[in-house]
Amino acid sequence: MSEAAFTLPGYRIDLGVDEKLRLDCGVSLGPFPLAYQTYGELNADKSNAILVCHALTGDQFVGETHPITGKPGWWDLMVGPGKPLDTERYFVICANVLGGCLGTVGPKETDPTTGKPYGLSFPVITIADMVRAQRMLIDHLGIDQLFAVLGGSMGAMQVLDWAARYPERVFAAVPIAGAARHSSQNIAFHEVGRQAIMADPDWHGGDYLLHGSRPHRGLAVARMAAHITYLSERALHRKFGRNLQDREALTYGFDADFQVESYLRHQGITFVERFDANSYLYITRAMDYFDLAAEFGSVAGAFEGTQVRFCLISFTSDWLFPTSESRTVVHALNAVAADVSFVEIESDKGHDAFLLDEPEFREVLSGFLNGCAEHRGLVGR
Amino acid sequence: MNGPATAIRVDLQLIAEMVEPGSRVLDVGCGDGTLLQHLWKTKEVNGRGIELSQAGVNACVRNGLSVIQGDADTDLKDYPSDAFDYVILSQTLQATHNPRTVLDNMARIGKRSIVSFPNFGYWRVRWSLLFGGRMPMTEHLPNAWYDTPNIHFCTIRDFVMLGREMGLHVERGLALNGDGRPLRLDPAGGLANLLAEQAVFLLRRA
Repeated sequence: MSEAAFTLPGYRIDLGVDEKLRLDCGVSLGPFPLAYQTYGELNADKSNAILVCHALTGDQFVGETHPITGKPGWWDLMVGPGKPLDTERYFVICANVLGGCLGTVGPKETDPTTGKPYGLSFPVITIADMVRAQRMLIDHLGIDQLFAVLGGSMGAMQVLDWAARYPERVFAAVPIAGAARHSSQNIAFHEVGRQAIMADPDWHGGDYLLHGSRPHRGLAVARMAAHITYLSERALHRKFGRNLQDREALTYGFDADFQVESYLRHQGITFVERFDANSYLYITRAMDYFDLAAEFGSVAGAFEGTQVRFCLISFTSDWLFPTSESRTVVHALNAVAADVSFVEIESDKGHDAFLLDEPEFREVLSGFLNGCAEHRGLVGR
Repeated sequence: MNGPATAIRVDLQLIAEMVEPGSRVLDVGCGDGTLLQHLWKTKEVNGRGIELSQAGVNACVRNGLSVIQGDADTDLKDYPSDAFDYVILSQTLQATHNPRTVLDNMARIGKRSIVSFPNFGYWRVRWSLLFGGRMPMTEHLPNAWYDTPNIHFCTIRDFVMLGREMGLHVERGLALNGDGRPLRLDPAGGLANLLAEQAVFLLRRA
């Protein structure tokens, strides 16, 4: 492992050394590197650990300035002293997902058997595989039970999978803006993104690293299309309307006349600097394959007899993971008499609302975690 | 869940007294979670709530209570049988579309049901209809007929009869005045039906 070459903040360990990670596709992986970051201190009885699961294009830098973009961590609003995930009380862990591109094994890492980047020879991974890898990390840290597992979007899928697969390892689960399965419409959007990447001549059948090129144009288009699904019509209109970009009149051409075009192009361009195109293919595929009911018979079946305390949160204007998806999970949890809270937050910011400053969302999350901390004995009643 | 247990409405207090410590409770129409909070603080009850208003739900979850947004009429059917020791319906029965189905589901989900409701047999209500010829409005039923959420009023006698028909056994009953204080009356008797402004019943399947 190239420990010395790993220059990002945080930690990188080898997992699957003694026992390989058996993936859903049938391949066994290991040893493999997994990169993670932590905030706060693990207490003596290791009962205060919170695992944060990141979304499709997120990473482990949840609560600090991002080492590549220089921007605040993606959940800086939530993680830190005095914040809902209070690092003076909790030990917060976030790992780069399997298939990712910031230190954990993924298609851009070197395949030890060939000495070349995996590219498309990297095995197709699933949400469950990501969770299995995270469980190996939690074992490595000597934590029997996580106080809470939280995540939004694809993070919420991992949270649900954690609670279904390892219920005894989770005290509380908070799936935010998520679903128990990826919808047909969402698979369709992902397919557009993947086709954009694969249509870029610089993609080279996935071997672009060997060709010294990067499919930046394809990946940028994928990001642009996806980014629209993270917003809402109202939020877009409020932000941009039909305003023109640095010009007084239409140009009768295909420059970015409109601010919204310029904004999307910017989103695409900045994204390619920090993300790997093949990782995007693999991780979107993992989301597409996610369907709890398919593995457990039904969503309720996934949670039979569960002791986990759930809090589901959705946002009114989120059309990518609408409230109805969360409600489906809530109904399934009711059917097994699980301990469940469910809150829909009023917001016009679309799916992205879970990353943004929504005071009501923050208060709900804080309140839920405080209540759980009381029940877990982390704070006095 | 900060702060000490504070005084709560007398009728809620009476409901709380019917609940065994450490039991599992579902509060249907739990509002801002006052009763659930009280039950957790004073009896370490494992409580859940369903509340129609999103503002109420959010307030509950902010306070660390396990509450979902939902509707007594449509969402009780999801719960498995015998999942709770008590299912509580406080001042909500009269606002449901199908009270009998709601009571049926409560009796199925919980080993016991606790129901409190306003008594439409109360003498002022009768007086208002008899002499005023108008749909009654009282301090505790302040809505006019056209904007009231209360669509299925009953008298105490109506409730007792329905319970009997459904095979529910009254373990305890309390006739209450408007402030929620108990009256020394047989809760199923004619006098209670005339003088009580509300009632609370603890029921179990016979």
